Amino acid sequence: MDLPLVFDSQLATQLFVNGLTLGSLYALIALGYSMVYGILKLLNFAHGDVYMVGAFIGYAILNGLGGPISPTIAVAPLIVLMFLGAMLGSGALGVVIERFAYRPLRDAPRIAPLISALGVSFFLENSVLLLLGAQFRTYNSFLLGSDHPKQFIPGPLSDAVFVVNGVNVQLVQILVLATALGLMVALTLLVARTQIGKAMRATAFDREAAAMMGIDVDRVIAVTFFLGSLLAGAAGVMFGLLFSQVYHLMGFTAGLKGFTAAVVGGIGSIPGAMLGGVLVGLAEAYATGYFGGRWSDLIVFGILIFVLLVRPSGLLGTRAIQKV
Amino acid sequence: MGPGGDIPNRPVPPDERGRPRVGVDEWVAQVEERREARTGLTGLVTRFVSAVPPAGRLAVFGAAAATLPFWMNRGDLFTYGIFTLLYILLGLGLNIVVGYAGLLDLGYVAFFGFGAYFYAELSSPQYGIHWPSAASIPVVVVATALLGLVLGIPSRRLLGDYLAIVTLFFGQAFVVFVNVGNPTVAGKGLTGGPNGLAEIDPLDVFGYELTTRTQQFYLMLIACLVLLTGLHFLSESRTGRAWRALREDPLAAETMTIPVKRLKLMAFAFGAGIAGLAGCIFATLLTAVSSGNFDVPILITIYAVVILGGLGSLTGVVLGAIVINVSFQFLAPENPPGNARLLFYAITLLLLALGVRPWWRLGAILAGVVGLGVATQTFVEAVAPGWTGGPVVDGGRLAGAISQWVVIPPAGHGRFGSFAYVGLVVAILVLTRLRGWIRTAALVPVVYLAALVWENSFVEQPAVARWILFGSLLIVLMTIRPQGLLGTPRVEVA
Repeated sequence: MDLPLVFDSQLATQLFVNGLTLGSLYALIALGYSMVYGILKLLNFAHGDVYMVGAFIGYAILNGLGGPISPTIAVAPLIVLMFLGAMLGSGALGVVIERFAYRPLRDAPRIAPLISALGVSFFLENSVLLLLGAQFRTYNSFLLGSDHPKQFIPGPLSDAVFVVNGVNVQLVQILVLATALGLMVALTLLVARTQIGKAMRATAFDREAAAMMGIDVDRVIAVTFFLGSLLAGAAGVMFGLLFSQVYHLMGFTAGLKGFTAAVVGGIGSIPGAMLGGVLVGLAEAYATGYFGGRWSDLIVFGILIFVLLVRPSGLLGTRAIQKV
Repeated sequence: MGPGGDIPNRPVPPDERGRPRVGVDEWVAQVEERREARTGLTGLVTRFVSAVPPAGRLAVFGAAAATLPFWMNRGDLFTYGIFTLLYILLGLGLNIVVGYAGLLDLGYVAFFGFGAYFYAELSSPQYGIHWPSAASIPVVVVATALLGLVLGIPSRRLLGDYLAIVTLFFGQAFVVFVNVGNPTVAGKGLTGGPNGLAEIDPLDVFGYELTTRTQQFYLMLIACLVLLTGLHFLSESRTGRAWRALREDPLAAETMTIPVKRLKLMAFAFGAGIAGLAGCIFATLLTAVSSGNFDVPILITIYAVVILGGLGSLTGVVLGAIVINVSFQFLAPENPPGNARLLFYAITLLLLALGVRPWWRLGAILAGVVGLGVATQTFVEAVAPGWTGGPVVDGGRLAGAISQWVVIPPAGHGRFGSFAYVGLVVAILVLTRLRGWIRTAALVPVVYLAALVWENSFVEQPAVARWILFGSLLIVLMTIRPQGLLGTPRVEVA
């Protein structure tokens, strides 16, 4: 194994671009974890699998509309449709999971919803395995937009559109970054400016007090699950477009990474989840680039454990005061 | 009996129950009373079990288990006997961490794996080391317990859920390390990568090698009985009581000067040590280890064992291990699907019999299911003849009945089974929202749909079906009876 021991600015920049793209994807997953944890103090282990289902919905829409080689509609609206379908489908799935697996356990001991979440995660993974089989499904995103008469996109999605100093920036990376950024801005505005956002913040601060103030807490929680799962669904489609393949176990590792991102940034904090996502993405890209792929997961997990030990509340989190 | 005469069926005021319960909130006590008076089979089992003293239960279990080798063939003894004992061992370890101390340890399976791999390093041709079991097992158990201790040290600082994450990551890190990492030590990959390690020496008791399944079974049985006895006394001891106090309320326990941090570490070390022991035995049983044996599915299975039986109950672990392992092996791909089918229909009937009362309502539902099946079959045959008459997979004596009752399209009808499965999931979710007689009526199509899914979809992939069922079991148990079959109900006093 020949490691690039000499600092290579071109490689470093390329890895930065890759890491930023990956990181924006992790940030979207992390947001769902963080929002749910902020409101329910629940680790939603099934979140990664909602992301996986989102990726499969995107795949189903892509194939339903002719597949990547000869799509029946133009490429740009096709991609928009994939995102919308995956987001709405995942959002609905999140609401259903909350309604049937978590809501009955609202007042149960803390351990009960965690185990239920584990069960949901396992149930979803194996249901997809039962329905669709274990093989990898390919998005073939590199073919999307190649030479289709109806395309609006200049060249294939994976074409490098900018080549600056030897660093490739693919069209799909720009697409992913822009979409992720747009979704994060929208979420931030929603939480900061709207009435439901205010209700979410109030519920996260103190659920009982919020209920006493007339906030329909159950509805707020359902909306939170919907929003978090919606972001995860978008991330699933992004993964498919970026790496071209989806499979039933993809949610587990991605869920762990997204979770790491949420914890590193400070769980419960929305900007923290975004920052954490980018950091985890960069760490993974650099670890893969400099140490090889087989250690990258261990390095990411190592970062998590280190952050938890040094600063358990994360980078942007506030230290929780335990009330008695 | 007051001057005004006796009022019939007068509710007994709480303080007249004659059971002073120091330290239990009045309301909690009431809830517990109500739950203890459960009717039905769970209540029956609970009362029956609690009527027999622990020593009696142990004797019954030991005596019943000891007869297994006399009437089971070698293969069945391995899959049903030995693996149940293995799950009992694993469940006992997890029960300490989760059941007694209330720490959600999602890396538990890594201790099991560590034990197995470490034993394999010490007793296999990998490095040419061949320690006798009498030397390697204690070393491995102590090393695993120390690992648990080391992992527990960060947990002292972590509140609740963070512990679950760190341990989950630890478990994943172990799998990645063993499978992908595989560092080179002394010229060889330490863990053998995806191939794992093979040709592990058999168990030996001071030089006498246990090679037959019967010998291994009895050794494991003895190990289980010894552990059960030890853990019974441990749970009744000062430490056991302190663990339960910690589980119920860490803050209150700390205020009562219970050394919370030390107890957490102890729970981790004990649990890890038992998992290490189970790992050693597992390695010698299979004579090979690979990372796939120590991943999330096994973790879920062990959790299902402990949770089904009831967190914190030793009898519960034994019962849970028996139920889970037997159903697990029935649904194994090697097992003919006919066996799994019998189990499926038996469990469906049992659940209906437990959940539906009075008997005439149950009878009406069963008659409805049979009638609906026959009607659907006749209807489909009349309308779309090409959609019936598919082969019944390994039907045995039931094949005739099933082919007349469940619509099984022959191959070439696309994803019929998949649609039926999705329909079943939706139907069950809807069913949980219904109340009253509509619910009873809705049970009929749901049960029929379940049979349809079983015959069309699950029967072909029993290995996937069992994971789906285990996942659902965790959700359903948490929703309906979080304390499991024999656990103590807990009430959250906010």
